[in-house]
Amino acid sequence: MRPIWKERPSFGYQSVKAVVLGGFALVIVVPIMVVISTSLASDQDIIDAGGYVLWPSHPTVKAYQTLFSGGLMGRAILVSVFVTVVGTAIALAVTIALAYATSRPVLFGRPVLLMVLFTLLFAPGIIPMFLVVKQLGLIDSLWSLILPGALGAFNFVVLRTFFMNVPAELLESARIDGASDITILRRVVMPLSKAVIAVVGLFYAVGFWNAFFNALLYLNDTSKWPVQVILRTYVLQGKSLSADQLGVEPLPQPQSLQMAVVVVALVPIALVYPFLQRHFTKGVITGAVKG
Amino acid sequence: MVLLMVPGVLFLLVFFYLPVLGNVVAFQDFQPYLGIMHSEWNGLQNFVSLYDNPDFWDALRNTLLLAAVQLLLFFPVPLALALIVDSLVSNRLRRWFQTIAYLPHFLSWVLVVTLFQQSLGGAGFVNNLLRQAGLDPIPFMTNPDTFPLLVVAQLIWKDAGWAMIIFLAALTTVDVSLYEAAAADGAGRWRRLWHITLPSLRTVIVLLLILRIGDILSVGFEQFILQRDSVGPGAAEVLDTFTYYAGVVGGDWSSGAAAGLAKGVVGALLLWGANSLAHRLGEPGIFQRRGVS
Repeated sequence: MRPIWKERPSFGYQSVKAVVLGGFALVIVVPIMVVISTSLASDQDIIDAGGYVLWPSHPTVKAYQTLFSGGLMGRAILVSVFVTVVGTAIALAVTIALAYATSRPVLFGRPVLLMVLFTLLFAPGIIPMFLVVKQLGLIDSLWSLILPGALGAFNFVVLRTFFMNVPAELLESARIDGASDITILRRVVMPLSKAVIAVVGLFYAVGFWNAFFNALLYLNDTSKWPVQVILRTYVLQGKSLSADQLGVEPLPQPQSLQMAVVVVALVPIALVYPFLQRHFTKGVITGAVKG
Repeated sequence: MVLLMVPGVLFLLVFFYLPVLGNVVAFQDFQPYLGIMHSEWNGLQNFVSLYDNPDFWDALRNTLLLAAVQLLLFFPVPLALALIVDSLVSNRLRRWFQTIAYLPHFLSWVLVVTLFQQSLGGAGFVNNLLRQAGLDPIPFMTNPDTFPLLVVAQLIWKDAGWAMIIFLAALTTVDVSLYEAAAADGAGRWRRLWHITLPSLRTVIVLLLILRIGDILSVGFEQFILQRDSVGPGAAEVLDTFTYYAGVVGGDWSSGAAAGLAKGVVGALLLWGANSLAHRLGEPGIFQRRGVS
């Protein structure tokens, strides 16, 4: 409904708005569409179009078949999935426990809270981080991609803000019934905060899936590379996939093979995005406004 | 309760506070086989040699330049987008746009740079179209002179939509009766924007500006490391990539750590400075002193 005091905008205003918003949306959508279309295009489509295809007229999944037959991509996906799933589980457990404990008046609560918030202001630096990971013997281990990212201050703030709004009486009555702190957290607090926990979990998952630099820094062993590093090496730097793949003959156009790699990195995000989009606005705003 | 804090505190100690202490290698002639305990201390020697290193000054200059360009060109975009979206009357249109605009925030930098390369690179589809039209291709992705603009374009593509959220949220808190009264008094669209909307957003704008300034030296690290090779270190070397290439790649751990430490300290000072400036201007900023509200 148009508020009564808002005049109907002139045609000029309307068209400027439409151009700005429409243009912005197109610039986002078109490259993504071209990448997906090209990955599905047949060799002939690509040759006809001179490289990129806006809409595949003869869609084929040959690029994906080739990609997965070589082992390289399958392994990278396993690595990325492992890091994402295990990383998210650990990060959630650690963050929930810490956020819940500091959301209540508890011994050491205040200094611990300050310890977390300080991490927002200052980063320890690449070199000392590398030396610590090395000292722990985590170089070339997938744990080097998981452990350093296990506590995100922003996610902590979002969860803590939510937990602070759980009524104290509820926790008190559970305690009188003889429940321990961990039982209260699992049986009372967590069921009440399912949505916000899901959002924070997805934030973590997206972060682990997207992480690139940690892998570059800590992994020398190419067989442990996650999807993002594969994407960088074979698409951005243009190293030839077929040389390392030794897969089926005849190979499809390198263009569609490369675009298939891009799509593999993109798909998980696209799958969780609708859910994320429905809930994150709430989470972000709670964290930002009240934190 | 205290038990619940143990894992989190352990993570913080090992993966944050221990590395913070590890910055002492900036004051050592660090040798990996000797370790932190047995490497020799050399005082400020590493900082002196940084001072004499032209590459470091290049990295510092690039960092500041890129940060300034980002601050000037990126910051207004989400605000403008939010104002336009907020003025849309149709809720469906608004949701459609938001769905598209937020998506790129969740894509990795590797993916974003790849999409840019496929679109604007030498063999990308824009240049393909130019060639087909008989024009010369434009080296968007490799020209060091226009690199700052490329960087901002990527940042806007990835994060302008996302940064809009916070302004949109703030816009819903503006008192509608103010608009009504102003309109009744004959204030037009622009006067309402200038006298009601922007003053109402002041606190949020200042807050976000401070956060950006504090973050200024960490200008998108992955974004630069991914493009350093194609543009060349002359334009794309920033303090973080300098640290990485000098320390981890080049094996000069102490210089790298010194550069990293210098960056961290300057960044923290900038944040603190911006915040106290905000206090002077009567804004809450990001951290209040307790007792002062």
